[in-house]
Amino acid sequence: MTNEKIQNIVNGWGEGFEFSEEGSEFLNVVVPKEQLHSVCSQLRSHPDLNFDYLFCVTGMDWGEELGVIYHLESITNRHNIVVKVKTEDRENPTLDSVCDIWRTAEFHEMEIFDFFGIKFNNHPNLKRLFLTPDWDGYPLRKDYVDEANMIVK
Amino acid sequence: MEQIVNNSFKTQEYFVNMGPQHPAAHGVLRLLLTIDGEIIKNVDPDLGYIHRSIEKMCERDSYQQVVHLTDRMDYLSSHINNEAVCLTVENALELEVSDRVKVIRTIISELTRLASHQLWWGVMGMDVGALTTYFYAFRDRELINDIFEETCGARLTMNYNIPGGLMFDIHPNFVKRTKEFIAHFKTKLPEYDRLLTGNIIFQKRTKGVGVLTKEDAISFGVSGPVARGSGFANDVRKYHPYSAYDRVDFNEALFTEGDSFARYRVRIMEMWESMSIIEQLIDNIPDGDYNTPTKAVIKLPKGEFYQRVETARGELGVYINSTGTKNPYRVKFRSPGFSNLSVLNHIAKGAKIADLVATMASFDFVIPDIDR
Repeated sequence: MTNEKIQNIVNGWGEGFEFSEEGSEFLNVVVPKEQLHSVCSQLRSHPDLNFDYLFCVTGMDWGEELGVIYHLESITNRHNIVVKVKTEDRENPTLDSVCDIWRTAEFHEMEIFDFFGIKFNNHPNLKRLFLTPDWDGYPLRKDYVDEANMIVK
Repeated sequence: MEQIVNNSFKTQEYFVNMGPQHPAAHGVLRLLLTIDGEIIKNVDPDLGYIHRSIEKMCERDSYQQVVHLTDRMDYLSSHINNEAVCLTVENALELEVSDRVKVIRTIISELTRLASHQLWWGVMGMDVGALTTYFYAFRDRELINDIFEETCGARLTMNYNIPGGLMFDIHPNFVKRTKEFIAHFKTKLPEYDRLLTGNIIFQKRTKGVGVLTKEDAISFGVSGPVARGSGFANDVRKYHPYSAYDRVDFNEALFTEGDSFARYRVRIMEMWESMSIIEQLIDNIPDGDYNTPTKAVIKLPKGEFYQRVETARGELGVYINSTGTKNPYRVKFRSPGFSNLSVLNHIAKGAKIADLVATMASFDFVIPDIDR
């Protein structure tokens, strides 16, 4: 299915979606965080879209905003979409978990919680995955400072 | 009296640490097992023993330096990891590398895959109690490492790729020695089958053990030989060809049983296919430059770039977010081992501890690839 058709279908599900294909090989869509879970479950269940393979989940710190990037593929149709979600709350960032839709998200969301401090609602086991439980701060955020272990140029 | 009998037969759940330094855990992976007798109730992986935060390090590095960090992830697929970063940078720069580079990269990628599968085969046998396989595998793997050493000076962490091509041209002996190796290994691979595949103890340990369904494989984002043992066709070389994979003819190894034995057979079949790919290319390495010079300081245009490659363990994704400077703004490595590990708890529940060892062996984990 072409990106244009995918865009038309997704646009029918709500308002506030921002589409872009500039500077990326995939169709990108920025989804308001309140609608993340409903959009994702429809991407998974819509018979023509059928995005069943979540192959990459990336935590992002855009400077002002924190967020997550989901790379999706449909195994049957071999088309892709990239879903982005952002939150401006840096003190207590919270997003909805998608691990009930794609089970692989459970691990990836744990990694993002560990490195970016984003909390995920309805996640069954959110905890530090790589770092020790008493680690201070979230290392992959841009404002993270560790004078002992980081060389800042 | 009745109370005493009941009490003495009452079972209790308890925790057992498997790893981080367990002989059957391939590296520093700690699994916290909840067990009831011999039955596993829950597997909780505790990661981070070899976490180096490669993604954070990449943010302060130039693009040439990023390449060198990647072979410390999955060290058995180091060439393929390097290639992934180079392809991402080349795509972003719209830099077309010569056919010679594409073909050489593909041949060495397949040699890397062969070496990785050989090591896995040796260790798989060892994990289920067949020590001899290890020596057979290392005898043959040594020959590939010798080719690598002659070509680029390193046996494991190769760093042969750079953005724009290769660091230097292949050694004059490369073609001859690769052909010699293929001729040698074609006589040795049937030996692997005779030694282990048909062994009744091995089959009892792996058949029907650690069964993963196709639906679960897709939902858990599993890739590589593990996914293909469950009938999930996702070979990146087939569906998103890169380098010279679009000009070779090969079959995707696919089995539908989903158990440890199916994953074993996928890798054995992949070794045959890798040899076939190398044979198709080795006599026709095109002439041309081995390197397209880039600027000393590479600046990628503003944007997001994603590249997928098939390592020996599955799909490696490289995501680079560039703001137009000489350093990446964000680099994410979607490593195959991390996603494959996420399914372990799901399929190990209800199995015995010894079955978990066989399942893990068939998953072929490389821990630095999971931890990054």
